[in-house]
Amino acid sequence: MSPGLKNRSSSNDQRRLASRKQNLFLRARMIQAIRKFFIEKDYLEVETPQIIPAPSPEVHIEAVRAGNQFLHTSPEICMKQMLSAGYSKIFQISKCFREGERGNLHLPEFTLLEWYQIGIDYNHLMKECEALILWVSRNLGFGERLRYRNMDIDLEAPWQRISVSEAFFRYTSMSLEKALKKGAFDELMVNEIEPNLGVTKPAFLYDYPVSLAAMARLKPDNLEFAERFEIFIGGLELANGFSELTDPQEQRARFENDLRQRCKSGMQAYPMADRFLKSLEFMPEAAGIALGVDRLAMVFANRPKIDHVVSFTPEEL
Amino acid sequence: MYNASDLKKGLKIQIDNDPYIVIEFQFSKPGKGQSLYRCKLKNMITDVIIDRTYRSGDTFQPAVLEERKMQYLYAQKDEFCFMDVENYEQIFLKTDQVGDAKNFLTDNLEVELLFFEGKAIGITLPNFVDLSVTKADPWAKGDSVAGDTKPITVETGYQLRVPPFVEEGERITIDTRTGEYVTRVKE
Repeated sequence: MSPGLKNRSSSNDQRRLASRKQNLFLRARMIQAIRKFFIEKDYLEVETPQIIPAPSPEVHIEAVRAGNQFLHTSPEICMKQMLSAGYSKIFQISKCFREGERGNLHLPEFTLLEWYQIGIDYNHLMKECEALILWVSRNLGFGERLRYRNMDIDLEAPWQRISVSEAFFRYTSMSLEKALKKGAFDELMVNEIEPNLGVTKPAFLYDYPVSLAAMARLKPDNLEFAERFEIFIGGLELANGFSELTDPQEQRARFENDLRQRCKSGMQAYPMADRFLKSLEFMPEAAGIALGVDRLAMVFANRPKIDHVVSFTPEEL
Repeated sequence: MYNASDLKKGLKIQIDNDPYIVIEFQFSKPGKGQSLYRCKLKNMITDVIIDRTYRSGDTFQPAVLEERKMQYLYAQKDEFCFMDVENYEQIFLKTDQVGDAKNFLTDNLEVELLFFEGKAIGITLPNFVDLSVTKADPWAKGDSVAGDTKPITVETGYQLRVPPFVEEGERITIDTRTGEYVTRVKE
């Protein structure tokens, strides 16, 4: 026995960690490739604080408290303030925190890649997503085709594009309007639509109804819909992006509405993100997106559970 | 009272006044959407399995189940009588409530009964019981090979296959989980 090694058989913890070695190496190379992609495209890598006083008041996302402030649920608010100050192309890879989210695809602490560019809209951003994923795949030695959960997925552009209302028409027995009215949108999305998206090629699901616009701007030619999209690969939701809303009045009205809704459903009260709203007065047209790094690692490692691509889950600490 | 975020495998809740146990559980959440808690639940009385999706904000009453140590006394018509060994209270279960357990019930056997809201809904037997063989063909030495079995009947009327050397009047041990022969009881 070599010195320094302890004479006892490895515990379950050690075996589990060791079994993830291949995935964690792949994950690290993937993150390095992502960085390289953005650096070569002249994006500036930024770091914004994880402890913030006023998270964006999402009605279905709860922030983790940190003293009398909060851990950010995404770096969106700070990064957009940087856009307003003239940083035109920025990206960030950061840990984000969301209370109570734990499942096969969710961790309460997870890694987001978020990037923004001024002067573009969501269509341009979709093209950049196609380029990024293909580039990372080639960089990792997978080339243009991926195998994920028994699906052969062709990563070459153009990917599949399907609007939300088209997806309801094609994959569910209910129209989008009816699903919204009956409060069945989320259930139909998870159970009937998502499994069909990105099966042979990655898919963009785009143009969300205005009630789900979040911080996206409305379509100039149809105010019922917002310029928001999500990416799916093999039924797995990977990213959420949009043409950014730059109208401070509209954004404030949405925040006030969201804060009221949060209050009604018994969620934590947040202060109004006043500094962010003020910065919107100077915000140029831009598009931005948040992509789940852990989930992308699941795709490249061909693993069904988020647990497989992180060193520790909360239960393993 | 439980919230949707308390849901996990093994949790026991009430649905329409029946006790259910969560046997499969999945958390999902579409982008920017609400949390969905997808469950497979088993009715603890009928064993029927149902799928349900719950959302944050949904609440549940816990299914409070109580286990009591009872002694089996006797059967009459289609009923089985049990007595609580602590307070001597007697209760009656129907044949279908007792189920396959009736094959192994002998007078004074101690069992665990599961109660939901005062109603007995399940019975847990000891893993092994000893029963007398009431009917068996004699062992014809020499005309059997190793691994052979023969059918016999025990005192409860239950029939099973045993090695050929087991004879009428002997007592044998049976595993109540599989219903299979384990060994002869040495007197």
